[in-house]
Amino acid sequence: MKTRISSLLGVGELNSTVQYDSNVDFGTSLSMATSNVLSVPVLVFLLGVISVRLKADLRLPDPVYQATAIYLLFAIGLKGGVALRASEPADVLLPIVVAIALGIVIPILVFVVLKWMTRLDGIDRGAMAAHYGSTSLVTFTAALVFLDSLDVNYEGFMPTLLTVLEIPGIIVGLLLAKKYASTRSQVEGANSRDSNSRDSISRDWIREVILGKSVLILFGGLAIGFLTGVQGYEQVEPFFGGLFTGVLALFLLEMGVLAGRRLSDIRTAGVGLIVFAVVFPVFAGTLGIISGYLAGLSMGGAMILGVLCASASYIAAPAAVRLALPTANPSITLTSSLGITFPFNLIVGIPIYYLVAQALENWFL
Amino acid sequence: MHEIDLLTIVTESILKERLINDLKIAGVTGWTMTAAQGEGPRNRRVSEVEGGNIRVEILADPHTVERVWTMLKDSYFSNYAVTAWQSKVQVSRADRYLGNESHG
Repeated sequence: MKTRISSLLGVGELNSTVQYDSNVDFGTSLSMATSNVLSVPVLVFLLGVISVRLKADLRLPDPVYQATAIYLLFAIGLKGGVALRASEPADVLLPIVVAIALGIVIPILVFVVLKWMTRLDGIDRGAMAAHYGSTSLVTFTAALVFLDSLDVNYEGFMPTLLTVLEIPGIIVGLLLAKKYASTRSQVEGANSRDSNSRDSISRDWIREVILGKSVLILFGGLAIGFLTGVQGYEQVEPFFGGLFTGVLALFLLEMGVLAGRRLSDIRTAGVGLIVFAVVFPVFAGTLGIISGYLAGLSMGGAMILGVLCASASYIAAPAAVRLALPTANPSITLTSSLGITFPFNLIVGIPIYYLVAQALENWFL
Repeated sequence: MHEIDLLTIVTESILKERLINDLKIAGVTGWTMTAAQGEGPRNRRVSEVEGGNIRVEILADPHTVERVWTMLKDSYFSNYAVTAWQSKVQVSRADRYLGNESHG
């Protein structure tokens, strides 16, 4: 228990307790990385995917699913808040600024790159930008579990960056789509598919994005963790820390079922979208890792920022996009983010980002 | 017992708050909401990730029901998964549901 709490305390003590050997050869790191596939959460995810193929419904009951999502968000926020309190403000500030910049740049890249790679219109590209500009809590969490299993340290305040990166991407993506829609409706007249009742819609989506349940719980957890510190956290650690990986595994069963249901849609997605859903995360992840190093993060921290950039949202963003861009096709965005990118990141992406972070380490640290 | 209109709307749970808000604007003074499961011709929605569907039932006077139909046609049918139907039901205390008309 003590070690877990001390590992939260972040970069201050990181320098004295670097536990990984930065000179390990490529083969060793590759085998460490492939062991990711044999972790319980990843295997449970695959079980969920297979269950769909076998036509057995392993979905959690809705209230249980909601509760596990709240648990994960709150636990992540709480740990992050405790670590944030123990961090030097100066160490946190630059990574936060960099994260916000990435939250703005990545959705713009998505919007532009998809224009080259696919025939999606601006509404669907904006929806995609909102999904890929935001982050995936579960991918982030799986990356933390991966680093913990390798005894690699990372800055404890990383959940702060998760919270920071959650929102800007969604807003930028929606604004890009809205701009496209208004430009097109000017060109084509009032018959454009998104021209009706745009004002009433904007009111709802701003509230949905800013005060969305997931952001509120995550932010609330951060604040409570920050206020109560290590002492407060020790009281709830058996529940929010000790059980964490187990609850994550349960949640991944559900994600496996949802992803499995999307698999049949992949065939209809088109080559461009499939390539995008695999290649873009690696590109954005590398961008995040480099930015992380430039912001002064450790190897573990830079890798996590890479994971945040590589992951696509499938909870907060779909809700906001559904309300704000009702004509965007959820089947495209969810097939891409949940059916392709999420399993890719979970199974091979996380080890790849780890290897990339390791390979780039000597350039920056 | 009195005969009164029952309007039932089944839609994506993501629309919960917006729908209730729009119903109130249309003059609806009361509603009952339950969780719903099912499949429709669209069959693809984000609610799969966000808690399924909702079923909203409204007892109201014919004018209010008409306004709700108009609202559904204008802002919901084209973009969202919605099933709605209207039926006649028997209630006691009908004045409870036939709120004052100036509301609308």
